[in-house]
Amino acid sequence: MSRPVPLLTARGLVKAHGSTPALRGASVELHAGEILAVTGPSGSGKSTLLHCLAGIVRPDEGSVTYDGRRLEELSEQRLSALRRTEFGVVFQFGQLVPELTVLDNVALPLLLAGTDRAGARTRAGAWLERFGVRGQDGMRPGELSGGQAQRVALARALVTSPRVVFADEPTGALDSLASEQVMTALVHTAREAGTAVLLITHDAQVAAYADREVRLRDGAAAALGVTA
Amino acid sequence: MIAMSTRHILLGLLATGPSHGYDLKRRHDERFPQARPLAYGQVYTTLQRLVRDGLAEVDGTDSDGGPERTVYRPTGEGTRELSRWAAEIAPPAPFVANEIFAKVVVAILSGGDPAGYLSAQRAAHMERMRELTALKAAPGTDLATVLSADYALNHLDADLRWMNTTAARLTTLTAEVDAP
Repeated sequence: MSRPVPLLTARGLVKAHGSTPALRGASVELHAGEILAVTGPSGSGKSTLLHCLAGIVRPDEGSVTYDGRRLEELSEQRLSALRRTEFGVVFQFGQLVPELTVLDNVALPLLLAGTDRAGARTRAGAWLERFGVRGQDGMRPGELSGGQAQRVALARALVTSPRVVFADEPTGALDSLASEQVMTALVHTAREAGTAVLLITHDAQVAAYADREVRLRDGAAAALGVTA
Repeated sequence: MIAMSTRHILLGLLATGPSHGYDLKRRHDERFPQARPLAYGQVYTTLQRLVRDGLAEVDGTDSDGGPERTVYRPTGEGTRELSRWAAEIAPPAPFVANEIFAKVVVAILSGGDPAGYLSAQRAAHMERMRELTALKAAPGTDLATVLSADYALNHLDADLRWMNTTAARLTTLTAEVDAP
């Protein structure tokens, strides 16, 4: 059976931070609705790969194609619009705005995309409900537990109904049960919405939530541990 | 479930050159310090069975100033059987680490492909972990199933971490095991 065209494709990515190489020819494919884990030891280039795929940084060499568009050919303005409408991003911690309530944090991407305030808050509330943190909507991020904060961050990443969510060690700072709650919420929601997820993790138990794994070693996607 | 196989480990030790039973016992206990030391009787019985099954043959005798000892070497069939066993993936279940450990050491000793084996075993472990995770995360799963899946996942994860570390160490490890 032939596989459909990937939604997101990276070919031969090379990226150095100063004189330190982070990626040395990494290639990876993400299909629509697929949950893909990218694993590898510290310093193997996992986060740099995510940044290149999400259009946050431009690779020194190689190409990233999203839905037929070459990211390196897009202007900063178009790339920014793409990130805002098609992509959601979750990091390990620190991405919520401390001055805003939980509800306003989740509504923020919609407001930036031009949705009116009332509509944005209604949709934000619905996403908080799906992630089991509706009761915390009036709190500030500093009042949340680590697991709650990550579920709010996931709600914020998904509120614009992106086609791809990039998650960089989303459970890296959580204990095993909080990690399980966050991953279960992410996977269930992504499957329901048909959202593709690129999940960066060093934790095999987190990677086991994905459909497939790509293992990075020394900045290149290695055959080690890749399963279809 | 495939048991830790003394016959394959002895075949692996013989793959490095003809040896007698006493030497095999000594080298086994050195290479597998966490395993129960082999009894001499078990070594000789296993060698006789390897000969009976056509996997090893007598190479001659060696006295080396002491009592005369029979020296064995693997047959072609024994070498093929060793390669088959060394590449065979252990069933991803809790407590298979000893078998994985044995296969990696034997692969290094006998000039096999420990990195290739670790890669395949790692993929099998991840596949089993995905199955257990899906089982655990399915709506309505009962507590006993969740606890059992947690138990298996944590043990498989421990194996996997050891495999990752070993894969990273292979260059050094190969040099150490090859050293006389």
